[in-house]
Amino acid sequence: MPDGGETVAGRDVVLAVRGLRKRYGSLEVVRGLTFEIARGECFGLLGPNGAGKTTTLRCCLGLIDPDGGDITMVGLPVPDAAREARIRVGVVPQMDNLDPDFTVTENLRIYGGYFGIDRATLDARIPKLLEFAGLAGKADAGIRALSGGMKRRLTLARALINDPELLILDEPTTGLDPQARHLIWDGLRQLLSQGKTILLTTHFMDEAERLATRLAVIDHGTLIASDTPQRLLAAHVEPEVVEVYGDEAKTWADMHGRHIAQRLELAGETAFCYAGDAKPLLNDLAQRAGVRYLHRPANLEDLFIKLTGRELRD
Amino acid sequence: MTTATQKLVRPPELSLRFFPVWRRNLLVWRKLAIASVLGNIADPLLYMLALGYGLGSFIGDVGGMPYIAFIGTGMVCQSAMFTASFEGMYSAFSRMHVQRTWEGIINAPIALDDVMFAEWVWAASKAVLSTAAILAVIATLGFGHTWLALWILPLGFLVGLCFGAFGLVMNALAPGYDFFTYFFTLVLTPMLLLSGVYFPVEQMPAWLASVANALPLKHAIDLARPLMMARIPGDIVLHIVVLVAYAVAAYYVALVLTRRRLLK
Repeated sequence: MPDGGETVAGRDVVLAVRGLRKRYGSLEVVRGLTFEIARGECFGLLGPNGAGKTTTLRCCLGLIDPDGGDITMVGLPVPDAAREARIRVGVVPQMDNLDPDFTVTENLRIYGGYFGIDRATLDARIPKLLEFAGLAGKADAGIRALSGGMKRRLTLARALINDPELLILDEPTTGLDPQARHLIWDGLRQLLSQGKTILLTTHFMDEAERLATRLAVIDHGTLIASDTPQRLLAAHVEPEVVEVYGDEAKTWADMHGRHIAQRLELAGETAFCYAGDAKPLLNDLAQRAGVRYLHRPANLEDLFIKLTGRELRD
Repeated sequence: MTTATQKLVRPPELSLRFFPVWRRNLLVWRKLAIASVLGNIADPLLYMLALGYGLGSFIGDVGGMPYIAFIGTGMVCQSAMFTASFEGMYSAFSRMHVQRTWEGIINAPIALDDVMFAEWVWAASKAVLSTAAILAVIATLGFGHTWLALWILPLGFLVGLCFGAFGLVMNALAPGYDFFTYFFTLVLTPMLLLSGVYFPVEQMPAWLASVANALPLKHAIDLARPLMMARIPGDIVLHIVVLVAYAVAAYYVALVLTRRRLLK
């Protein structure tokens, strides 16, 4: 291995987190979290607001000291050698923190300076990064002139200025419109095909579904489940879902639905019916007047809700 | 003491990594340099002209120098104080809290200690810039034509370190920009009126003069006035020790408070 990363079960591990604990006052935000990310993976850390995702990332970067556990990032112990480890890591933060006083190019150049990268290397790298981010025509534009999507893409380009082995993204597409999100996803897929390793937190299940090769669902600071999206779905959720809407949904659910579905959950005026085979449900619903329904395969959102519950997190 | 507290109060970690962060601030300043320098000069220049010529015509010489030179020297020190305080408070707060610039920097291989050191040195650098601008104005008005006056530039840096650090303490505690008003009311205004910017400290009653002796700005002015008149100041070591002590102590407090605020 060229970079001293450790091998577990024959795989080159880029980030290893073992038994991570972090407490704020009496509240333990992260409670014994363990996961590993192998080179070339896109690992999705999923969890509701307040589950401990951002705290976990800040611990990995060495910005806060954990109360317990071990972290090894790009082969180096964190927090002891966190600063050295960050030389080989790129970060896309949850909230944009581009420098508003600089142009697009200057933002990349100044940020490269924080890594001690020389001017010639930067001048060679920046046009390629702008091309990658779809900002080639905006090289000299001010930050205030950029749309939200452009800013995110520039932040992604900035995170690549040091050609990192590991890219850490904290909710990279929160607040973006669908077009802008797809552009970010395309960019991330491109990076994966180049062999980069990605750690991504999100609460968008479609984002995780499209990008992540492996997922961990965390809640209340502990890992609830971790595997590939397909295996997680197979293990935890019935393959078919029928959503029943409308005023009559609750009555129908109580009188009929509960007897037919393997599992049924009510949320507001929608009944979510889970089954291995949806035919009996559909046959029954076809006879009912005044109920609308949608039949679809189970997805990560169903998994997420099953594992973390339906109650609102603020 | 818990290890977390030990880590919070550990001595400052100094390295040359502060330089790219300091340079970033310089590059932003360069974009707005002319406006910034004019802003630095305009206020003290008005005071100097109005009070120096207006009031000066009544009172003649003060402390062995024309009143306009007397107040001009005071203005140099005052301007270094204001510039550095402003940079340590409003500008640092923008970069830390509003723009989240610091957050971006500490995701790179730069530690918060490096960022703080850069901000501190930058506040002092800006104090030197405004010191230089006002010295140039004074020279244009026909005063301070002596090489010794150039020593006021490093003095401006020292004043900048002192008040930049005070500003950074406020920054570490500030919930918002409004908080900085306290510093103006409780620290800068008394400092301005008691340190001998407008009139000699010796004019005040003994008890008030002894309060003034505890103020860093007074020690800066005691160094600046003789230099402006081509004289070697007395008690050089004492004045410098007081300024350095204030600067270093305040910086350490600012660093610990900022670590507590951001690294948790």
